[in-house]
Amino acid sequence: MGTETSGAPGKPAAKRQFRIWRGDAEGGDLQDYMVEVNEGEVVLDVIHRLQATDAPDLACRWNCKAGKCGSCSMEINGMPKLGCMTRMSTFEENETITVTPLRTFPVIRDLVTDVSFNYEKARETPAFAPPTDLAPGDYRMQQVDVERSQEFRKCIECFLCQTVCHVIRDHDENKQAFSGPRYFIRAAELDMHPLDARTDRKDYAQTEQGLGFCNITKCCTEVCPEHIKITDNGIIPMKERVVDRRYDPLVWLGSKIFRRGQVPQTSVTSEHSPGAVRSSAAGGGVHSHAGGSHDAQAEVQAQQGVNWHREVPHPTAPAVDASGKLPLTELTFDRAAAPSPFGDDVTFPLPPEHLNFAHPTQDERNH
Amino acid sequence: MTSSATRPQGVRARAAIAAKTLRTDRWWFAPLITVIGLSAWVAYATVRVFMHKWYWVEEFSYLTPFYSPCVTDRCIPEASHFGQYLPGWWIIPDAAFTLPFLLLFRLTCYYYRKAYYRSFWLSPPACAVPDGHASYSGETRFPLIVQNSHRYFFYFAVIISLINSWDAILAFNTPQGFGIGLGNLILLGNVIMLWAYTISCHSCRHIIGGRLKHFSKHPVRYRAWGYISWLNVRHMQLAWITLGTLALTDFYVMSVAAGWISDLRFIN
Amino acid sequence: MTTTTTRIERHHYDVVVIGAGGAGLRAAIEARLAGKKTAIISKSLFGKAHTVMAEGGAAAAMGNVNSRDSWQVHFRDTMRGGKFLNNFRMAELHAKESPQRIWELETYGALFDRTKDGKISQRNFGGHEYPRLAHVGDRTGLELIRTLQQKIVSLQQEDKREHGSYDARIRVFDETTITELLLDGDRIAGAFGYYRESGEFILFEAPAVVLATGGVGRSYKVTSNSWEYTGDGHALALRAGATLINMEFLQFHPTGMVWPPSVKGILVTESVRGDGGILKNSEGKRFMFDYVPDVFRKQYAETPEEADRWYTDPDNNRRPPELLPRDEVARAINSEVKAGRGTPAGGVYLDIASRLPAEEIRRRLPSMHHQFKGLADVDITKEAMEVGPTCHYVMGGIEVDPDSGAAYGSVRGLFAAGEVSGGMHGSNRLGGNSLSDLLVFGKRAGGHAATYVDQLTGRPRVAVTAVETAVETALAPLHRDTGENPYTLQQDLQAVMGDLVGIIRREAELEDALVRLAELRERVAKVSAAGGRKYNPGWHLALDLRNMLVVSECTAKAALERRESRGGHTREDFPTMDPQWRRVNLVCSLAGDVVRLARKPLPKMRPELVGLFDRAELAKYLTDEELTEFDALVATDAATGAAADTAADADAEKER
Repeated sequence: MGTETSGAPGKPAAKRQFRIWRGDAEGGDLQDYMVEVNEGEVVLDVIHRLQATDAPDLACRWNCKAGKCGSCSMEINGMPKLGCMTRMSTFEENETITVTPLRTFPVIRDLVTDVSFNYEKARETPAFAPPTDLAPGDYRMQQVDVERSQEFRKCIECFLCQTVCHVIRDHDENKQAFSGPRYFIRAAELDMHPLDARTDRKDYAQTEQGLGFCNITKCCTEVCPEHIKITDNGIIPMKERVVDRRYDPLVWLGSKIFRRGQVPQTSVTSEHSPGAVRSSAAGGGVHSHAGGSHDAQAEVQAQQGVNWHREVPHPTAPAVDASGKLPLTELTFDRAAAPSPFGDDVTFPLPPEHLNFAHPTQDERNH
Repeated sequence: MTSSATRPQGVRARAAIAAKTLRTDRWWFAPLITVIGLSAWVAYATVRVFMHKWYWVEEFSYLTPFYSPCVTDRCIPEASHFGQYLPGWWIIPDAAFTLPFLLLFRLTCYYYRKAYYRSFWLSPPACAVPDGHASYSGETRFPLIVQNSHRYFFYFAVIISLINSWDAILAFNTPQGFGIGLGNLILLGNVIMLWAYTISCHSCRHIIGGRLKHFSKHPVRYRAWGYISWLNVRHMQLAWITLGTLALTDFYVMSVAAGWISDLRFIN
Repeated sequence: MTTTTTRIERHHYDVVVIGAGGAGLRAAIEARLAGKKTAIISKSLFGKAHTVMAEGGAAAAMGNVNSRDSWQVHFRDTMRGGKFLNNFRMAELHAKESPQRIWELETYGALFDRTKDGKISQRNFGGHEYPRLAHVGDRTGLELIRTLQQKIVSLQQEDKREHGSYDARIRVFDETTITELLLDGDRIAGAFGYYRESGEFILFEAPAVVLATGGVGRSYKVTSNSWEYTGDGHALALRAGATLINMEFLQFHPTGMVWPPSVKGILVTESVRGDGGILKNSEGKRFMFDYVPDVFRKQYAETPEEADRWYTDPDNNRRPPELLPRDEVARAINSEVKAGRGTPAGGVYLDIASRLPAEEIRRRLPSMHHQFKGLADVDITKEAMEVGPTCHYVMGGIEVDPDSGAAYGSVRGLFAAGEVSGGMHGSNRLGGNSLSDLLVFGKRAGGHAATYVDQLTGRPRVAVTAVETAVETALAPLHRDTGENPYTLQQDLQAVMGDLVGIIRREAELEDALVRLAELRERVAKVSAAGGRKYNPGWHLALDLRNMLVVSECTAKAALERRESRGGHTREDFPTMDPQWRRVNLVCSLAGDVVRLARKPLPKMRPELVGLFDRAELAKYLTDEELTEFDALVATDAATGAAADTAADADAEKER
């Protein structure tokens, strides 16, 4: 943990000027530190030395310290970088080094930001759909066919591309509609996967991920620590594939005449991918929850009318103790009474799409 | 992956950092030279297109690419390799059938888009430097959604490159018979670079092989895709090189046609 | 802030999986597929687990590259690598099931490198007789973790379709640390911990807990492990009444970077050697030929010429000694450095630059090349690397039932998988076996945890007092302001372990280590952390320290007890293997505050498995008594075998 104060053989340690952003969501500012730096060190080493000496509560994420996990993303002299991959030797001797948290995401404390935006977008991206006719062990793929997808699977999810992308960095309001470069290459990876069974990835990228927001200014490629050609090999091919389907006049004409090739807007959440592995307990699970969804799109859909095809969640029995009663230990419980009879995960009011209420005049409107 | 149900919700604030950007390098340099370079070229090209003279060297059959094919009735008949169809008003460029498509091909090119979005539109001027606009919708709606038509302009660009190649070949056939001069080499070099730029286009890469799901089933297209990918990596360099060769070719032809210099002849 | 006003967030789950590395995620997938409501607890962000660091590959006898490979051969290699101290049943299950687990990953979307006929490509690795490691360049661990992560997302998408919420049946609690397991009698009732982000407490009520927290490397000065590897799972299990075995066996990866200092400990994958890299001392000598132990003499080349032929013609040549099992290589490097033939930074040279063309190196070892270039500005295509032994993996861990992964000891409802469990790897782990270990035993632990929940008649209850105690313990370092800085204590602990319980051990040093650990225990009990509860790394470390300490005590005690050298345990005063010690596992348990050590006989290998080995090979490991048994077995086998043959012949005769 950056404790080797006795430096390398050769150059003696020198003091260097650092400015590090300290604070949280309520506010904060850049604070100056003078830190000892040895030859061959990276910025993360210096942060660790600070933790061990001047600032034991300086918050910073890190794991592998080898550029493989993508945890120590931060902005160094204004550029998003991995702390463990930024060598001190790349700076001038007397240069002040400014370290700030990722600007695009809400700050938690000091250099740690709330990157849950990325995980939410990851959950919305439809997963790999295995071919239905192949058993495990029977998959045959050629190296040349998997290479393109393999490039994208190098991604270490450091989210530097996400934080540098001006679409959400400078326009927070686009976060709803725009998934970001990381998830464009995920879509590209699956679309180029030789055995993926879904065919709607291009439409998904365009309609749900907001591929059109990208104006290919290539900053994602510039900051990628894995040197993935995000724009040239991922985003632009996806844009071209979208053109194949949506902006090719012949295809467009054909789809108008034969009414084909149109994918419903809600394909992602409502359509069941044919090959998805199903759990044995699906449907009949004991713990099924009418959990509160914060899916804005579903809400919009719910505004438009009742979703009659929605599967009504099974009511949930709360956990009971050995005597078959609800555990009532108010001292440690997080609320002032027994667990909710509707299940712990249900929050009220229920999201609109979970209500089976039909407006009296709705049928007339539909006719 | 913190769940919504239990952890405190609500909009959480970003880190309060006063400086718009903390970059200390010369990030403004690249957009600046892009603006200077592109503006200079556009200015030169505009002047030349509406000059309506010095585009044809009778003696050596040199035709500048800015006037190819020459299709107005003002054109010198020998320079009109493909006929004359349009009236000779000054506002109509003499290569009116091709110039708009060439312009659109470059305007919708994935590289040029990056270049002018960054340098002219400041969206964003450089990485991690704030966008110069209050709102942003990218290429999701008109007019910028038209950028998706790049592929069709690529098809036109291929045809135009064929025409330019034909011009370069015709230039070997002077009124005195076969001949080679410095102008021929310049025309030829320009055409080769134009082809390299056109072929290295992202749309071309997609059409040739990128759209395939299984490379292993199309070995020939896979190889072609491999070559184009090699070129494609150099698309930016080729974009600038071709701007240079186009201007140089045109300037050379103009200089010879105006009699400012005389062509250096090797044969005939 | 007093305990009574402390807010505690409370959750009910069927199975709580602690640890979100390969084993944890695989266990969670299995529990969820069995219909159980599952929580995954991760100390860092989802998908950042230390599994990403595994580079070489996942060993599985699929026989894609060499069709002579089979589970029996894999089993044999594993036992041999572990010096016959492995739990044979675990090694057997592992060898048998790993191919299925790998193929399963493909249905989750993994993209391994391919052979010419489109199957999963397999590569050579130290200790494996045939090319056996499924791999993706040199980032196999990343592929594995990403694949499992994406599988969990796909299950969440299913739940969203069926129940309207992604978190309905499987939920990831990231940046959350568990500090205590809660019991109802001898049954697991739940787990208590805190969100690292906010410092808020969280209580899981769950009848089954799967531990998959990985290893203990952070107790060492030079380590490849990340901050997470503080032995949490080991300590939680001990405190819950489970036992640890084989804690004296730690693997020191032979080739960690030693220069430049900031990246000391980062691994250089074994594939560098598998692809032709050689080890040289400061005199330029390829020294590994001097260190081939007698047991391996037969399989390894004697001259550089033969060794070099092996890369292209492995069937007719013996392998180069650079591919000896890790402990042998680590020991060889250590001896060279001690003899004064090391580099200035205290390592040896690993040279691939002069062996392969630059282009080929970049193609075969892309992330190695990228890592060295980026981290140290060293171009491995041009210059040799400076490498030395690094603490890398702990073979020991929670003593579990081989089939179910259920922890032994007095506790029920506790399961363990992956590095945190012990027995599978014996005294030394073969490269590539850890990734397949995660999958095989992760699945088993998750599945059996689900079965255990099904069999329960009533749900265990969390005692209020236990929660209060846990809250007090967790907040104590923040309330003290007189104690020492946790970072200082960690440095001191690392110094003790690194210097006195390191790769080469001596009795006097181990005794000294135990004294110092006892002193540290006093100091750790009084540690104080500055700052508040919100994302405070100092506080987090203060809480992790007691886990590191108790596990270190186990390691030191067991290392002192075992008077022989075997695999990951080298005693300078007892330099040879002792067949009597092979029959003993050292079991560590906690009685109140005190670490207890007991001897336990190894389970006896089933006859058909013993029969897979040569007598000559067994003679190196087994006692005379065991060998006599083996001879008797072979004799009866031959007799019954012959009888069976004649019977079969007779049958065939009849059918004609």
